[in-house]
Amino acid sequence: MSEWWAGVVDTFERCFVNEGRYMLLVNGIGVTIKVSLLAMVIGVIIGFLIALCNLSDKKPLNVIGKVYTDVIRGTPSVTQLMIIYFVVFATINWSKWIIAAIAFGINSGAYVSEIIRAGIMSIDKGQTEAGRSLGLSAKQTMMLIIVPQAVKNIFPAFGNEFITLIKETAIVGYVGLMDIQKAGDFIKSATYQAFMPLVGTAIIYFVLIKILTVALGKYEKRLRRSEIR
Amino acid sequence: MGKTIIKVNNLRKKFDNVEVLTGITEDIDEGEVVVVIGPSGSGKSTFLRCLNLLETPDGGEVIIDGDQINLPGTDVDRLRRKMGMVFQHFNLFPHLTVLENITLAPEKVNGLTAEEAKKKAMDLLERVGLTEKANEYPASLSGGQKQRIAIARALAMDPEIMLFDEPTSALDPEMVGEVLDVMKKLAKHGMTMVVVTHEMGFAREVGTRLLFIDEGKVLEKGTPNEVLNEPKQERTKAFLSKVLI
Repeated sequence: MSEWWAGVVDTFERCFVNEGRYMLLVNGIGVTIKVSLLAMVIGVIIGFLIALCNLSDKKPLNVIGKVYTDVIRGTPSVTQLMIIYFVVFATINWSKWIIAAIAFGINSGAYVSEIIRAGIMSIDKGQTEAGRSLGLSAKQTMMLIIVPQAVKNIFPAFGNEFITLIKETAIVGYVGLMDIQKAGDFIKSATYQAFMPLVGTAIIYFVLIKILTVALGKYEKRLRRSEIR
Repeated sequence: MGKTIIKVNNLRKKFDNVEVLTGITEDIDEGEVVVVIGPSGSGKSTFLRCLNLLETPDGGEVIIDGDQINLPGTDVDRLRRKMGMVFQHFNLFPHLTVLENITLAPEKVNGLTAEEAKKKAMDLLERVGLTEKANEYPASLSGGQKQRIAIARALAMDPEIMLFDEPTSALDPEMVGEVLDVMKKLAKHGMTMVVVTHEMGFAREVGTRLLFIDEGKVLEKGTPNEVLNEPKQERTKAFLSKVLI
């Protein structure tokens, strides 16, 4: 028993302690968070614009929105990431993580746009009519009346999308970024150990996402409170 | 009576292939209280909603205070500011307090300062008897209170015309009176009003003119007394016999 335990401790040390390998994972967490956060911001901006295109009554805008969502949803995100990195930004010398975040933002934008579109459409038509009948412009009505109400409705779906996005970023190793997944993979190769580095990777993702889920749940409750009285 | 403020010429509207308005021509003068009655599906709400272009007419013209509203290139927002609208389902903004509901448009559209808008809103809340609700959210109000707030919200834009689309139809019976009272006061102050309603008592008491709309046409019009007591058309008689019990 103690022999077995000694073996476990030894493997653990080889995987995570020796040569400061834990720092790979710590830095990896940083990379994952950086990429996810920036991608989320980009995704929300793109998603909102594409949602407006899809909801517009102008045909060309509809087409743009539809083609965008179609293409993004119809191709693997790894392929998109590699095209953005190796083709679109091939000659542009930006930080890797920023380019990766742009790729994930473009990807997430398609999904966010559908969430936002559904959220906006869930608001009663009477709200728009009331706004417009008061002389507010279409844009003012959207920003002051529809969007604030839609945000509450889409928040849960939006949280899900962010969680999906974080897990999606596990493919950034394909363009040479050392995120959590790549760090675990690197340790696996360096130590010839599969179990601990990979399970460790899984645990780190799980904890990150658990923390986020709890935080989102708390925030959602607070959002609802202002409405139910 | 003053000058003509709403001029409707041969107004037509189709939904898909169904003709809802088949040619309505009507002038409404300043200070008039025009009550529009008719069976459901007759087009009376559509007529009202064409006046401020919530529905786009398929033919004819709607002229508000000299400007045709259904022309491409017209500043519709500017013309809409002359018309307040009150809806059957109130359509208060649920994410804003009562006060914010009323101050929103005056601040954002008319450029009032927060202070001016608030003062105006409080005056209006006093007129509809709901000052104590200023900081509540709409969800905590009764239907009648919501509708009075909706009226105050529309009045905050200093409209020249008020459009009412079945303002009491979604209310519990005991709340109808409080809303009609506010509307009566408004009429007494000389507001030009177009009211789609089933409240024949209101029509009789406040209306200066009644329009009976059926199948997309004005079938009969006149003073409330003429239309309600001496209808000439068979359809009007049939309709009134059902609603005037």
